[in-house]
Amino acid sequence: MSDKRNVTCIICPVGCRIEVEIENGNILNLSGYRCRRGLQYAKDEVTSPKRILTTTVRLKAEAAHVLPVRTRAPIPKSKLKEAMQELKNVSVAAPVNMGDIVLKDVAGTGVDVIASRNWS
Amino acid sequence: MLYKDLVIIGGGPAGLAAALEAAEQGVKDVMIVERDSGLGGILQQCIHNGFGLHVFKEELTGPEYAQRFIDRLENTGIEVLLDTMVIEITQDKRIFAVNSKKGVLEIQAKAVILAMGCRERTRGALNIPGFRPAGIFTAGTAQRYVNIEGYMPGKEIVILGSGDIGLIMARRFTLEGARVKCVLEIMPYSNGLTRNVVQCLEDYGIPLRLSHTVIEIHGKKRVEGVTVAKVDENLKPILSTAEFIPCDTLLLSVGLIPENELTKMTGADFDANTQGPMVNQWMETSCEGIFACGNVLHVHDLVDFVTMEAKLAARGAARYLKEKDGAYRQMSVIAGEGLRYVLPHAVGVEKMLDEKQNFFMRSTRPMKKAKLAIESENGTIKTKMLSYVKPSEMINIELGKSEISKAAGHLKFILQEEGASDE
Repeated sequence: MSDKRNVTCIICPVGCRIEVEIENGNILNLSGYRCRRGLQYAKDEVTSPKRILTTTVRLKAEAAHVLPVRTRAPIPKSKLKEAMQELKNVSVAAPVNMGDIVLKDVAGTGVDVIASRNWS
Repeated sequence: MLYKDLVIIGGGPAGLAAALEAAEQGVKDVMIVERDSGLGGILQQCIHNGFGLHVFKEELTGPEYAQRFIDRLENTGIEVLLDTMVIEITQDKRIFAVNSKKGVLEIQAKAVILAMGCRERTRGALNIPGFRPAGIFTAGTAQRYVNIEGYMPGKEIVILGSGDIGLIMARRFTLEGARVKCVLEIMPYSNGLTRNVVQCLEDYGIPLRLSHTVIEIHGKKRVEGVTVAKVDENLKPILSTAEFIPCDTLLLSVGLIPENELTKMTGADFDANTQGPMVNQWMETSCEGIFACGNVLHVHDLVDFVTMEAKLAARGAARYLKEKDGAYRQMSVIAGEGLRYVLPHAVGVEKMLDEKQNFFMRSTRPMKKAKLAIESENGTIKTKMLSYVKPSEMINIELGKSEISKAAGHLKFILQEEGASDE
């Protein structure tokens, strides 16, 4: 028996409502998407949902507070908590450039966490 | 006294894009005046992704989006005055500013671009009864504490208002280990982008309670909880539904107000709906040579549109500096049924900068399917079908020069719901 799931695409602000028909974990049909990225998002969302994680890490600098960081690519949703836990223990020394790797292979996802701003 | 061709007030996304575009258009003597100690404005605390899909065709975080512009400032000759607050601006474009090193500065500009952004509505604007304990923050203030200063304002959180910053902070707090109990929205629909409801609330199982509000804040020294209630169709609380929710923090995400104290000093005409100045197709106010763009003009939901608008204002200013003719009374643009406002407020087809003109507008209510019609005294100019219209998601329509030139008298935008009964 097939199952229908509604997915709201978060790739862009259009927010397409995409209907996905699934049977035994296989996608039978997709409708309502308006671009290829939306199609891919809906496929991932029902099989293995992924998100870009954005957070902060501690900064070893005088006036500094925290440094904004992000995962270079989306990571599985189920790994978000573990990634946050790992990043809790990371602190970075200035100067930092946007794009510098802050933590390699976060939570065993194979994805690096990078700085998302310069700090001199 | 300093003399400048173009002074831009505000170094956030609008000011940065305007300055760079003006330099590109050949304006030599450009100065940005910024009150903060760095450039980028509110983008620096918006560490989440989702910026730049229109402008850069990729997904950036706020600081990354800002950095793209800051990096481009080098070798442009654009002068930046940081830690400097503009306190007065006159109709003839004289600017008074202060900073702790130089004292009072007086700058005479030939053209001005206003890019001061907006500020948040606070508890005072809502009249919620209760004491004044610690633990009540606007969402943006909490965002600054967490994302820049690096500390958490609370552990058990209730968020009032479903504006985008509130939704983003619900996720941020959850990731940092706090418990977000619910987001309350007085309207029967969310006030944020759909994608933010999905990725910030649904992803983390945070309930969004529509048609609900806070009717009392408990606690004397620190927030101890809030009483919430459902509201009726007139937005009046139904007292029989009142319920106590314990929490130590109440976040407010209840709207933004364009910061127009300076604009008012110029005597420019205002739009009561946007709470910003009226502008023509170059984003020029009714005060000749003074332009406005970004959140000071109207509150945007996407920074990409701020960038587009700022570029237009810069090109308008560059044109004004060259040709010295500004502030035309032109064909007026009217927001008709179904629309809260339409920008720009006036267009003149002979004076358009491009073959096309963007119009920005917001609907009065959510509609699943709607027909947008653009009419003038001699009939309909254009119609377009739209789906999933929401007041929180700005509508952007392009009209060609040939289409606008067909209009007579005025341009009236009307949004009508279609087939409301389906599904």
